[in-house]
Amino acid sequence: MTKWVLALAMILFTCVLRAQVSVEGQVRDPRMRPIAGASVGIRDSYDGATTDSTGRFQFITSEKGNRVLQVSVIGYRKFEQQMEIRDLQITLDITLKEEVSELKAVVISAGTFEASDKKKGTVLTPIDIVTTASGNGDVTGALKSLPGAQQVGESEGLFVRGGTAQESKTFIDGTLVNNFFYSSVPNIAQRGRFSPFIFKGTVFSTGGYSALYGQALSSALILESIDIPEQSSANLGVTLLSLSGGYQHLSRNKKSSFGFNYGYSDLSLAFALIPQRQEYTQVPVYHNADANIRIMTSKTGILKYYGTFSNNKLAFFTPSIDTLGYLSGFTLKNTNMYHNLSWRENLGKGWRINAGASYSNNHDEISSGIFNQEKQEVLLGGLEFRNYGLDRKGIYVNGKLVLEKRIRGLNTLRFGGEYNYSEDQSDFSFWNGQVFPVAVRERLKSVFAETDVYITNALAAKIGGRYEHSDLLDRDNIAPRISLAYKTGKAGQASLAYGVFYQNPEPRYFPVPVPLRFSKASHYIVQYQRVTSLQTFRTEVFYKKYDDLIKTSLNGAQEIATSTEGFGDARGFELFWRDKKTIRNLDYWISYSYLDTERDFLNFPSAIQPSFAARHTASLVLKKFVTGWKMNVNGSYNYASGRPYYFILYNAQSGKNEFVDRGETIDYHNISFALNYLPSIGKKNPKMFAVYVLSVSNVFNFQQVFGYEYSYNGYRKEAIVPPSRMFVFLGAFLSFGVDRTEDVINNNL
Amino acid sequence: MNNRIWMTTFLMILCAGIQAQSDKYISAMREKVAMMEQTNSFEGWQQLANGFERIAEAEKKQWHPYYYASLCRVMSGYMLGNGRMGGFADKSDPEADKAEELLAKAVAIHGEDSETWCIRKMIATLRMSADPMNRFQTLGPKAVEALEMAKKLDPSNPRIYLLEGQDRFFTPEQFGGNKAEAKKLFEECLLKFDAFRPATAIDPQWGRSQANYFLTQFK
Repeated sequence: MTKWVLALAMILFTCVLRAQVSVEGQVRDPRMRPIAGASVGIRDSYDGATTDSTGRFQFITSEKGNRVLQVSVIGYRKFEQQMEIRDLQITLDITLKEEVSELKAVVISAGTFEASDKKKGTVLTPIDIVTTASGNGDVTGALKSLPGAQQVGESEGLFVRGGTAQESKTFIDGTLVNNFFYSSVPNIAQRGRFSPFIFKGTVFSTGGYSALYGQALSSALILESIDIPEQSSANLGVTLLSLSGGYQHLSRNKKSSFGFNYGYSDLSLAFALIPQRQEYTQVPVYHNADANIRIMTSKTGILKYYGTFSNNKLAFFTPSIDTLGYLSGFTLKNTNMYHNLSWRENLGKGWRINAGASYSNNHDEISSGIFNQEKQEVLLGGLEFRNYGLDRKGIYVNGKLVLEKRIRGLNTLRFGGEYNYSEDQSDFSFWNGQVFPVAVRERLKSVFAETDVYITNALAAKIGGRYEHSDLLDRDNIAPRISLAYKTGKAGQASLAYGVFYQNPEPRYFPVPVPLRFSKASHYIVQYQRVTSLQTFRTEVFYKKYDDLIKTSLNGAQEIATSTEGFGDARGFELFWRDKKTIRNLDYWISYSYLDTERDFLNFPSAIQPSFAARHTASLVLKKFVTGWKMNVNGSYNYASGRPYYFILYNAQSGKNEFVDRGETIDYHNISFALNYLPSIGKKNPKMFAVYVLSVSNVFNFQQVFGYEYSYNGYRKEAIVPPSRMFVFLGAFLSFGVDRTEDVINNNL
Repeated sequence: MNNRIWMTTFLMILCAGIQAQSDKYISAMREKVAMMEQTNSFEGWQQLANGFERIAEAEKKQWHPYYYASLCRVMSGYMLGNGRMGGFADKSDPEADKAEELLAKAVAIHGEDSETWCIRKMIATLRMSADPMNRFQTLGPKAVEALEMAKKLDPSNPRIYLLEGQDRFFTPEQFGGNKAEAKKLFEECLLKFDAFRPATAIDPQWGRSQANYFLTQFK
C-alpha cells in the first residue's frame, strides 16, 4: 500500500514540476530598434511566442530546470542562451546581431551598373537591355542611356568618361572578346556582333572595376551568357532587314541543351525605303550562324559552349571631299569566327572554379580609293594616298581561370590567371602596288587576386591587385584596385573606389621605332546610392588621370607612334534616377553626366577636349506596358551638348602640329520610340509566342552632326551626319515552344 | 505481488507519459491548424509559422509541422504583396526562401506528394507576383508544372482546384485570367471537398472556406 502512496506522491510531484512560468521580454537589434516577427522559444519544446511590432514577447512554459532559449528571425543570426527556469517569471532582454547576408549586406557598387534579375540592388534587368527605345536591340545601345557613356554616333563602341572606344573592353563568360563589334566603316557606327538575347547578366563598369579584368583604361562590359533554357523551341524572325531561324533542344532530363541559329541580313529593302547618304554598290549583306551546347556537370556546375561564324560585305561611294566631281569609294569584306568555352563548378568546402577559353579569328579586306563619275578608280596627283588596300587578319586566344573560396559568411577570396594571345597580320597595299606587311604578336600573361571583406552588413571592402606582363612591350605592371562600401541606412549606401588600369597601345601602332609603355589610367570614384525595389537614385563623382598615352606623327600618309608621353585627365559627376512608383504603370529613368576632360594624345598639339567627349549628356527613358493592348511602349530622349572638332596639320616651318581649324558641333537630340506587341501573352499553353516590333529612331528628324571631316589640305569641311536622319525597324519574331511538361512529370514520378 | 504493482504503476505512468506526449502533439497541431482558418494578416501568419516551426524542431520526425510552417511562410509572403503586383521581392524573397527550406525538411521525412507540390506551386507564384515583369517567363511555367505534378499524384486533392481557380481569378484577362473559368474551378474544388476525408485530424484539409469566399465574389 505504501507503494501506492509513493506512486501518488510521484505523480503529484510531477504536477508540481509542471507549474507554469511566464517568460517575457523584448528582442532588439544592436541599435536598440525592436525586431518584430522573431520566434522566441525553448529548445525541444513547443513553448514560445512571436515578437510583436515593439519587439516584445510573452509566453507561458511548463518546462523546468536548465533549458536553452532560442530566438530566430529572418535576417538575424540565431540566438541561443542557457537559462534556468525556476522562478515564476523570467524577463529577458535579447539583442540579435544582423546576419551578414547577400540580401542585406552593402553592395560594392562604385562605378558599376548591373543588369540582372538574380542579384539585388541592380539598376537594370536583362529585359531593359532589349526594351530601351534608343538601344535598337543592340547590347551597348541601352548602355548609352546610362550616365558615363557618350552619345557618339559616328563610330561604334562605348566612350566612357572621357575615354576612347578602344579603352572599353568586353568580356563574355569571363574571357575577353576581341572583335565585339562589326568592323569599322568610316562615319557609320557598327552594331555589336552578339544578340542581346543570349545574355542573362550584364555588368557595365564605368570605372574602378575588379582586378579580375584588365587591359581596359576606361570601362569593362562583362556579359554572362544564358544557361540551360526552360524548354525546347524553334524560332523564326522576319524583319525589314533580315530573315532568321533557329532551334534549341532541351534534353528530357533538363540537364543539357544544344541549339543553332542562322540569320541572313540584307539591307536592300530598308535602304530602298529609307534613302541613305551613301550610294551603295553593294548594300550591306550579313550571314550569321551560331551554335551552343550547355551541359550541367553537376547540380551546381555547367559547361557552356557558344560559337559564331559571320560573314559580311558592303561597298559604297560618297562624294570625295578632297576633290570636287570625284567619288570616294570604300569596300569591306569581313569574316569572323568566335568560340567560347566556359565551365563553372562548386568544388565543395566553399571552393568554386570559373574557367573559360575563347578563340577568335577575324579577317577584314578593305579597299578605299578615288573614283571618277563613271566609277572607275583613278589616281590623282597628291591624293594617291587615298587609294589603298588593307588585308587584316587576326587570331586571338584567351584563357582564364578563377578560383574562389568562401571564407565564413560572405567573405571571399578570388585568384587566378589569364593568358591572352593575339596575332595581328596586316598587309597594307599602296596605290602603286607596293605592299607593306606587318605582323604583331603579343602574349599577355596576368595573375590576379582579390578579396571581399565584409566587416559587418554595413561595411565591406574589395581589395585586389593584378600583375601583367606583356611580351610585346617587354614590360610588367602591377595594378591595385580597392573599393569600399558603407551602408548609411536601410536603402542608402556610400562607396569609394580607387584603381589603376593599364592597357597596351593598339596593335596598329606596331612595329614602333621607339619603346612604348603601357598606357595608364587611375580612377577615383565616390558614389552615393539609394535603392528600393521601385526607385533608384545614384550619384557619382569621379576623377580620372591618364598617363603614358600614345603620341603619333605622320610619316608620309602613315600615322606612327612616337612615344607614350601623352597624358590627360577627366573629372565629372553623374546622376541617375529610376522610378517605377510615382506614375502608375510607368517605368522611367533619367540620367545626366557632366564631363570635364582634356588630353594630349595622338597628334594633338596640346591638351584639349577630345572630339568624342561632350560636356553634358542626358537621357530620359520611358517604358510602359499597356495591358489592354498587350503592348510594350518604349520611348527615349537622348541629349548631348555640342562636341569640339579640330583639324590638325603638321607645320613644317615650326616643326609642330598646329590647329588649322576648330569649332563645336550643334547639340545632339534624338527621340526614339519602340513598340513591342506580344499577342501570345495570356494564352493558355500557347504553341507559338510572337513578338512584333516597330521602332523609329530620331522620330522628329532632328539634324544631328557628329563632327566634321576635312579635305586633306583643310580647305573644305563637311559635317559628319548619320546615314539617314530617321530609321525605321519593323520585325516579327516567332518562337514555337515544344511543350515537355509531360516528360518532366513522368521523369519526376 | 508488490513487484507486479510496481511494474504496473511504472508502465501506467510511462504510457500516460507517451500518451500525453502524443496527445500534446496532436492537440497543439490541431489548435494551430484551426487557427489558420482565422488568420488573415502578415503578423498572424508569421506567428503561426513560428509556432509550427517550434513544434517541428521539437519533434523532428513529424512532417506535418514542417509542412504547415512552410505553408504559413508562403501565406505571410502573400500578405506582403497586399494585392499589388510586383515591387516587393526584397521583402518576400526571404519568406519564399524560408518556405522552401521548411518544405525540403517536410519532403525529407515524408517524400513528395500532391500536397507538397501544391506548396511548391504557391512558392513559385509568390516569387513571380513579387516581380512579374522579370519573372513570369521562368516562374510561370514552373508554377504550372508544380500544379500538374500535384494533379498527377492525386487528382482528388481539392486544393489543386482552389489554387488553379485563384490563378484564373487574379490574373488579368489579357494574361490568361478568366473569371468564368475561375468560378468553375472553385465549384470543382468544393465538389472535391465533399468527397475528401483527411487521413488524420492534422493532415492538410485547408481550402474550403477560401473556395467559399471566392464564390461569394461572383454574386
